[in-house]
Amino acid sequence: MTDRTSVEQAIVDAHRREWALVLAATVRVARDLDLAEECVQDAYVQALTAWTRDGLPTNPAAWLVTAARRRAVDAIRHDRVFRSKLPLLVEPDGTQMDDHGPGDYIDDPVDFVPDDRLRLIFTCCHPALVREAQVALTLRLVCGVSTGDIAQAFLVPEATMAARVTRAKKKISVARIPFRVPKASEFPYRLDAVLSVIHLLYTTGHTAPSGDRLVRGDLVDRALHLGRMLLALMPDEAEVRGLLALLLLTDARRATRTDTGGRLLRLAEQDRSGWDRAAIEEGRTLVLGAPRLGRPGRYLLQAAIAAVHAEAATYADTGWAQIVALYDQLIVVWPSPVVALNRAVAVAMVDGPGPALREIEALERDERLAGYRYLPAIKADLLRRLGRRTEAAVAYRAALDLADNAAERAYLAGRIAEAGPA
Amino acid sequence: MTQYAILIYAPAPGDAADVPPAEMEAHMAHGTEVEKMGGRIDVGYALQASTTATSIRGDVVTDGPFIEAKEVIAGFYILEARDLDHALDMARRNPGTWRGGVEVRPLLV
Repeated sequence: MTDRTSVEQAIVDAHRREWALVLAATVRVARDLDLAEECVQDAYVQALTAWTRDGLPTNPAAWLVTAARRRAVDAIRHDRVFRSKLPLLVEPDGTQMDDHGPGDYIDDPVDFVPDDRLRLIFTCCHPALVREAQVALTLRLVCGVSTGDIAQAFLVPEATMAARVTRAKKKISVARIPFRVPKASEFPYRLDAVLSVIHLLYTTGHTAPSGDRLVRGDLVDRALHLGRMLLALMPDEAEVRGLLALLLLTDARRATRTDTGGRLLRLAEQDRSGWDRAAIEEGRTLVLGAPRLGRPGRYLLQAAIAAVHAEAATYADTGWAQIVALYDQLIVVWPSPVVALNRAVAVAMVDGPGPALREIEALERDERLAGYRYLPAIKADLLRRLGRRTEAAVAYRAALDLADNAAERAYLAGRIAEAGPA
Repeated sequence: MTQYAILIYAPAPGDAADVPPAEMEAHMAHGTEVEKMGGRIDVGYALQASTTATSIRGDVVTDGPFIEAKEVIAGFYILEARDLDHALDMARRNPGTWRGGVEVRPLLV
């Protein structure tokens, strides 16, 4: 007998660390996402009794895979499951797509544990699924997060999230989205979808779009966990490395983003001694060790920019010229007006607020930025620095009208009060 | 193999006379291209311009396509593919994507 608390802890750990591996390996046998999920859930439940009775297994993941796959095999043999006419298409490890039925894999040696996590991730983030479904499926299938918790994180009713997950699974089955890693010709845009999902998870957690807390820590942790998993699975992909570096370098500032009252602090105001040095070091090492072949992608460039910020002793002492140069590269691979906006902030530090304001005014004509709350906020800051207080107050008010996060609103309201009555 | 309907959307009214010669030529060659990629086109048709369409909603008969839009269905065919990735790979080479686009939709079987 092992004591129950340590078994429970081991199961919690195995859930967080091994869920993706266990589920992906079970999908191969179950050929159905719902059945696989059910069997994996069961395996975790079984583990509680078995591990308490027999002690912790040396390889918990292998134990769970074996248990889950046995259940799947059993369910298929005894026809206890609804036999879908459309079993998930699992591409064997060659390149040829198979045409087997759902039962053909049940003779697989049960103790063989393939690492199918990449297939699982690419299936969840398939571009034929709408982005919000990709996000929900990734949390549910890759991270093992319950639908209720996903719903809570995205501030939608649980029924809405459940319907979203069901619809996405149905599309995977009916439209025949295969359980496979994309081939080289599809790889760049398929990988981009995966990276976007992880990045979106992070930013949703990092700046909660509404509500009182600025950071929803669990989503941030899940995003970091996914970033690390992906890099372990694809160590040679520069953009995977870039994404994890970007998340680490951004997250290193987590503790200093708001003051004790929850007020949002600008980069210039943050207490740099509160930055997480270990995360910064890890992020910088990833950026510096990135393969130099070819043109750097958007995540690696953003990470490089974040690294320049992270290594600066003060806001004023930041390598702003280097940051402008990195933005010049970034805008080529990612021609987004938001990038141009952030570049203007760096330009203000190199050439002063006047030239930066002219760039901002040009960007105001870009329809894609209409309603983007950071545009009037940045404009307001530049006007303030130029001493144009009345115009600054007007711009702060425009930003306030667009913000719905309480911490951001408080920051903007403070700025308006500072500028005096408009 | 799975069957997909490929619906080709072209700028309204989707008149075959508006199709540039190079695109028309590519349409003719697309079937061979699909076969080389391991797929198969079961059956396919091009349509007359949407100005010739008549729609019925409930019991009201109107002139024109069912949904007024900048792009209209100009043709369709049934594509056999191994899976969605295979189907998308072939469909993205359809010259219909040059001026308009295609919708890939599994058949109910």
